[in-house]
Formats: sequence, structure tokens, C-alpha cells
Amino acid sequence: MPRFNSLEEFQKYRENLSKKKDPKQICISVCSGTGCRAYASEKVVEALRQEITKEKLDKVVELKTIGCPGFCEKGTIVVVYPYGICYVQVKPSDASDIVKQTIIERKIIDRLLYTDPKTNKKIVYESDMPFYKHQRRILMANNSKIDPKNIDDYISVGGYTALVKALFKMKPDEILNEIKKSNLRGRGGGGFPAGRKWETTKNAPGEPKYVIVNCDEGDPGAFMDRALMEGNPHSVIEGLIIGGYTIGAHEGFIYIRQEYPLAVENTEWAIKQCEEYGLLGKNILGSGFDFTVKVHRGAGAFVSGESSALMSAIEGKVGEPRPKYIHTAVNGLWNKPSCLNNVETWANIPFIVNNGAQWFTSIGTANSPGTKIFSLVGKVNNTGLIEVPMGVTLREIIYDIGGGLPNGKRFKAVQTGGPSGGCIPEKYLDLPVDFDELYNVGSMMGSGGMIVMDEDTCMVDVARYFVDFLTEESCGKCVPCREGLRQMSRILNDITNGRALPEDLDLLKELSEVVQMSALCALGQSAPNPVLSTIKYFYDEYEAHLRGECPAKVCKGLISYVIDPDKCKSCGLCAKNCPVNAITGGKKTVYRIDNSKCIKCGNCLDACKFNAVSKVTGRNMVEVTPSKR
Amino acid sequence: MKMVTIRIDDKNVQVEEGTTLLKAAKSIGVDIPTLCYNDKLEPYGACRFCMVEIEKNKRKKLVASCCYPAEDGLIVRTKTESIDRIRRTLAELLLAVSPSGKHVEIAKQYGVYTSRFKTVDNPEAPCNLCGLCVRYCREIKKKNAVCFVGRGVKRSISLVPGASDSCASCRECLSVCDAGKIVYLIDMLQDVSCPALRPSVK
Repeated sequence: MPRFNSLEEFQKYRENLSKKKDPKQICISVCSGTGCRAYASEKVVEALRQEITKEKLDKVVELKTIGCPGFCEKGTIVVVYPYGICYVQVKPSDASDIVKQTIIERKIIDRLLYTDPKTNKKIVYESDMPFYKHQRRILMANNSKIDPKNIDDYISVGGYTALVKALFKMKPDEILNEIKKSNLRGRGGGGFPAGRKWETTKNAPGEPKYVIVNCDEGDPGAFMDRALMEGNPHSVIEGLIIGGYTIGAHEGFIYIRQEYPLAVENTEWAIKQCEEYGLLGKNILGSGFDFTVKVHRGAGAFVSGESSALMSAIEGKVGEPRPKYIHTAVNGLWNKPSCLNNVETWANIPFIVNNGAQWFTSIGTANSPGTKIFSLVGKVNNTGLIEVPMGVTLREIIYDIGGGLPNGKRFKAVQTGGPSGGCIPEKYLDLPVDFDELYNVGSMMGSGGMIVMDEDTCMVDVARYFVDFLTEESCGKCVPCREGLRQMSRILNDITNGRALPEDLDLLKELSEVVQMSALCALGQSAPNPVLSTIKYFYDEYEAHLRGECPAKVCKGLISYVIDPDKCKSCGLCAKNCPVNAITGGKKTVYRIDNSKCIKCGNCLDACKFNAVSKVTGRNMVEVTPSKR
Repeated sequence: MKMVTIRIDDKNVQVEEGTTLLKAAKSIGVDIPTLCYNDKLEPYGACRFCMVEIEKNKRKKLVASCCYPAEDGLIVRTKTESIDRIRRTLAELLLAVSPSGKHVEIAKQYGVYTSRFKTVDNPEAPCNLCGLCVRYCREIKKKNAVCFVGRGVKRSISLVPGASDSCASCRECLSVCDAGKIVYLIDMLQDVSCPALRPSVK
């Protein structure tokens, strides 16, 4: 492994890499992000490797494992270069066809292509898929070009050019000015201008200073930080070194949650390679600047994503927030000035340094420039990670990129910003997505989770789900969060079970407002968002629940299953699938459900071939099942 | 040290810059309720009873007065409708988990005698998790023999095996505990030969 002691040595190495690069090189790249690994992408890689060896193509064909390209819905994703043919939902058994037909015979395999559900046409190239076509991929662009475990891949696509520019052509103040001019806002949720945070830490008294990456992404259904940290760890490290140089820090930490083993592995690997190359350590590339990075693994607490809690956790203490009337940028890790930014914020830095603030502000909206990665999940056809310029509308995201809702269902709401975000109703579908617009409608950007909900979703149940999640995750330090969330959860559970009184709803609203005003940290202050936003936009659903009705027929306490005697053909499938023997009947008698035994699992509804089983709620309920079971 | 002037409930007061708003208020006899505060210990900011409204550059904000440092020209209001609502609600929340303790007195001050919230079956009662014992042991005694275990509603205090060997003879943390839970834990410690974590409470 080379160690570069000077800029010249490094530049020469990069030139050699690009000289060696053959644009006609055949390369099969396989996504090996966590999503595709769940679809056994590692087995696909292994099968392809065996097939390549079998056909004696080892010297001709390169096999590459890449980071997550985002279209997780269709994993495992395989792209054959230099043609750019994209295959989706590839299984290990397809390996032989890919090698024999596509590589040897130069034929496209029709069955592995993506079919556009709107036009029913097969699409050969990634760039033509509607999912990718409407995106603007900057941060994620390199994920599909490089093997995250190979630093040479990153260098050959222009990696560490921003670091070189920063260290050798720019003074720290110039970089800081550029970041401030770019108006890059923190991608972790708060949207605080990164430049101002950097400046505060830079000017704060006290040595040493620290720079920290927050990769404690804990929102259910969100995984953009994971994709970057797994798929392109060097881009984050490059941003962090530049940040250290600008602020005057010589030590950086990358806090990665325990549940992201691949991100930890790839990041540690990347740090090791950087140290070997002389891009980390003493006297980086002969510039005189020293910088080291350590990975800190989180221990599984959601609240540790909060900056002061995260710093306590790095110090080895319990990850609990502390009051930060003096910002962590001034008094943070070990009471020293510490600049903490989210993974995505750091990953933006090399691009801003390379292309300038003007380029950055030309993307997105005036108050929220740049792109943002969202994880688009829930009731939407194309789930996955998307990168779009700020200011695109929710409608474009959900319908153009996401391909709309499956099974022709009607859109009801989209929840943005993770568990403590708010639910945005249909009337705001044309809302341009940026930090301020989302806040104005009672939600937030958060780290970029986006959960689409259809007409079959009960909004009260959604609020209950998120409040239960946050009650579990509250650290318990402050009274409003610990006791307030406990009571909010109780009231919501009462409402969804039909046990609540009208005054409980008023109490819930009042309590939510108090928790919002008085909790210690951002987790507690934002925890009532799902409740307050659903009360604001879906008040009729709350009222319906108080009447004993769940309009979406989701809440088990408010529904019962019935069999229509006219449609029942006495086939007995429902009874066979009932786990609690609640359904009785016989060959010539119509089957019926005993509601005192029924656990509302819905197996009978799924099993019936004659649409004889249906869900009823409210006044139509046959018998109210006793709430204590 | 630089002196600054702040205005608390329409009274001007001069204090050293960085003095907490709670101390500044006390110095002129303005009473702010607290549960987790003790002037021997570092401010903790957990009970939220001491929240006050501050106004700076015409912008209003609610902060915990036990932690917030005084700065020149700050306007502080210790009694507003929002603050009363917060204090009443917090008192009700604590009444639902424990019928006794210092919060009962605060509740009375605010005219709260019953809670609108459902009573919670709470094995930790009467402890209200203010953490005074934990912090006393850590900050004053430097023993770290008392700690929190669990998270959220499962949070409770416990004695640390090994570190709590001298608890039975020390017992100093009892002086800061308003609830009496810690007495119970230490008495339990003397009863059992193995310093078990969290003896079950009935």
C-alpha cells in the first residue's frame, strides 16, 4: 500500500489510476447494501463469481460490489457496464444467464428488466426508469460507481480532490466563508445552518476541538444515512477532514448506531485505508495538518441521536440529553467545543468545496439549497432512497418517483420527519418540500423519512403507534417526556380501543401542548407532533373513534368480522384458518363467527374466496368484544 | 466577574453574568418551584417545574431557570398562563404515579388536588426520579454508588453492587431525598447478603 507524503505523489497516483481505467471494461456491479443483502445479494455475487470462473472470464470481466443505489423495492439490483444494462430482482439462479447471455452473447435478458407499471414497457437503462429519471442524484451518484471497500474506486471518481483543494489552495476562513455562503442547513433534522455552527466552534475558546458525524439514525423506516455510510464512507470522511481543517480540530468521531454493522465495517475499513494512504494521521499529504478519526458504536438508544446525548455516550456515560443553553458547539464533548453534523451534511462538504457555494445555491430553494435524500416507504409503489432538489412537491415525490399508491388506493397522508414528524393531508400534496414549508404545516424535515399512507390507514392508530414508539425510546430523564408520553400513550390506546370519553381527547391535546413546551430535549418537544398534526387534520377520525367507529377499520377494539350468509358457500376455509376456533358451521349450514372468541386477526377475510367475510365497525358491529382479553 | 442587569417579574436585579435565573430570582425573593434542584449540586433540568419565560430581542422562549445563565438585558417572567399550565400539568402527571412527595406541595400551591390522568401502577413510588441521590453520591461523595437503571417509564434508581458497600454507614444521600425511596433501598441492602440490583418492591 502506498503512503503519500506529498501532494505530487498523490496526484501522480490518481493519474495512474485513471490511465489504467479502461472505459470499455466489462463490469458487473451488484448492490451490496443492507437492503439488497436481505434479498441475498451476497449469494448473487458468489454465483456470478463462479459463473465467471467457469467461463474463464476472470481476466475480462470485473465483478464489483457497490453501495445502495436506492431502488430497494426491486433488489437485488445488478448493472452491467459499460452498457449500463440494469437488471432488477436478480436471484442467484440468474447468474448463469447474465454471464452467458449478456456478457458472452451480448443479449439483453428481458425477464430481468424493470417493467414500468404505467406503460407496461420494459426499461433497459437505469437512467430511463421513472424512479431515477425524476431525481437529482449528487450525494448518492457515486454509490453505484464504487466499491465502498476500495479507496481507489473513490479516488478514481474524483474522491479527495476537495480535500486537496481545501488543504493546499484554501485557507480555513475561505472554506468557512464558502460553507456559510452555501447556506447548507443541517440534514439531521433541525436545519440549523452548518456554516454558523462551524463558525461558533471555530471561534469558541478551548482546545482541543472536536468534529463529530452523527450516524445514529433511528427513525423507523429511514435509512439514508446508512446508505451513505455503507455505500460511500469516504465522502463523509473527506467532508469531516475538511471540517476539522476549517474549524481547527484534529480529532473526529463517527458515531454509528449498533444496528448498522455493515456501516461500521465499511467505515472502519475506509479509515484504515485512509491511514495507509496518508489521508488521515500526521501531516496529511505533506500539508502539515494532522487529523485522526475514530468510530464510536452506539448502544441502541434512539435518544442518542440528540447531540448532547450523543456526546455523553461518546464520553462513556449514559446517552441522556443535557440542557444546552450553552450550545454543544461551544461546550460539547468533554466540555470542549464540538461541531456535530449529520452524515448527509458532511457528505455535502466535498461537493461545495469543489464546485463552490454558487453552484450549491443554484440547486433547491432560496432558504433550503441543495438536494435532500428521502427514504420513501409505506403505501407507495417504488420504495427506496431518493435524492431530489429541495422544493420539489410531495406530489412529484409520491407520484412521479414513487409511482403512486399500489392497488389503486386513495392517498390519505404522508408522514415526514420520522416518528416525531407530522402527518400531512392530501390538500398539501403540492407543497414544495423544504425545511420551512414542512414546519409551517406542523411537520418537519427531520432526517428525511417519508411514510406514505393510504385510505386503509387509521390516523389515530398511526398517532398511537408513534407515541408508543417514543414512549419506549424516551430516556426518562425529564418529567414531561417520561410521564407525559406515558399518559398520551394511555389515552390514545383508550381511544383506539373505544374506551375513551370526549374529555379524554381535550386532555390529550392539552397534554401534548404542555409536553411540546416543556420537555428537555428535541425528542420530547417534537414527540407530540404526530398527535397534534392528526388532531389538526383528521379530527373527524378522532370523533368517529369516540363514537365507537374506526373509519379505516383498523383498530381491533372497534371492528368485528362478519360472514354474509348470502355469499357463504359453506366451504369451511375460514374455519380452517381461524387460529382460535371462533368460526363454526358445517356442510349445509352457513358459517358464523363467535365474536367473544375472535382475536380479529383477519385470517378468515384473507382465506374466503367468495368475499363473504367483511369487517364492520361502529353501529354495525355484531357484538362488542370485551376489551379485557 | 462581569455584572449584568436582568429584569425578573418587573424587578431589576444585578447578578454576575452566568448566574442561573433561578438563583437570581431567589436573591430577590421570587419563588420558583423546583423538584430536582439542590444548590449543592450541578443543575439537572429534569423536573421542568422551574420553567420561566424569557424575552430576548423581542423573542419569547420557555427555559428551565435552574440551568439558564443570566445575560444582560434579559427579561424574565416567572408567572404566566403557559407556565402555570405547565406546572399544573406536571403536578398532575406526578400525582398519577405517586400520591406523596414534594410534588404534592407544589400541586397544592397551584390548586391541584387530584389528577385528571389515570393512576399508574408504579413500583417506584414514592420516588419521582429527581436524581438528587444519584447526583449527590456522584458529585459530593464521588462514590457513584447510586445510579439510574432502565429507560423511559422503566427508569428507576438502584444501588451499584460493589460500589454500594459503604452505603449502609454513609446514608448521606438520605438528606437530599424528599421521597424516602433511597432509605428503603439502603435498608434492603443490609437485609440481603448479596447486594442485589433492585430488590423487588411490594
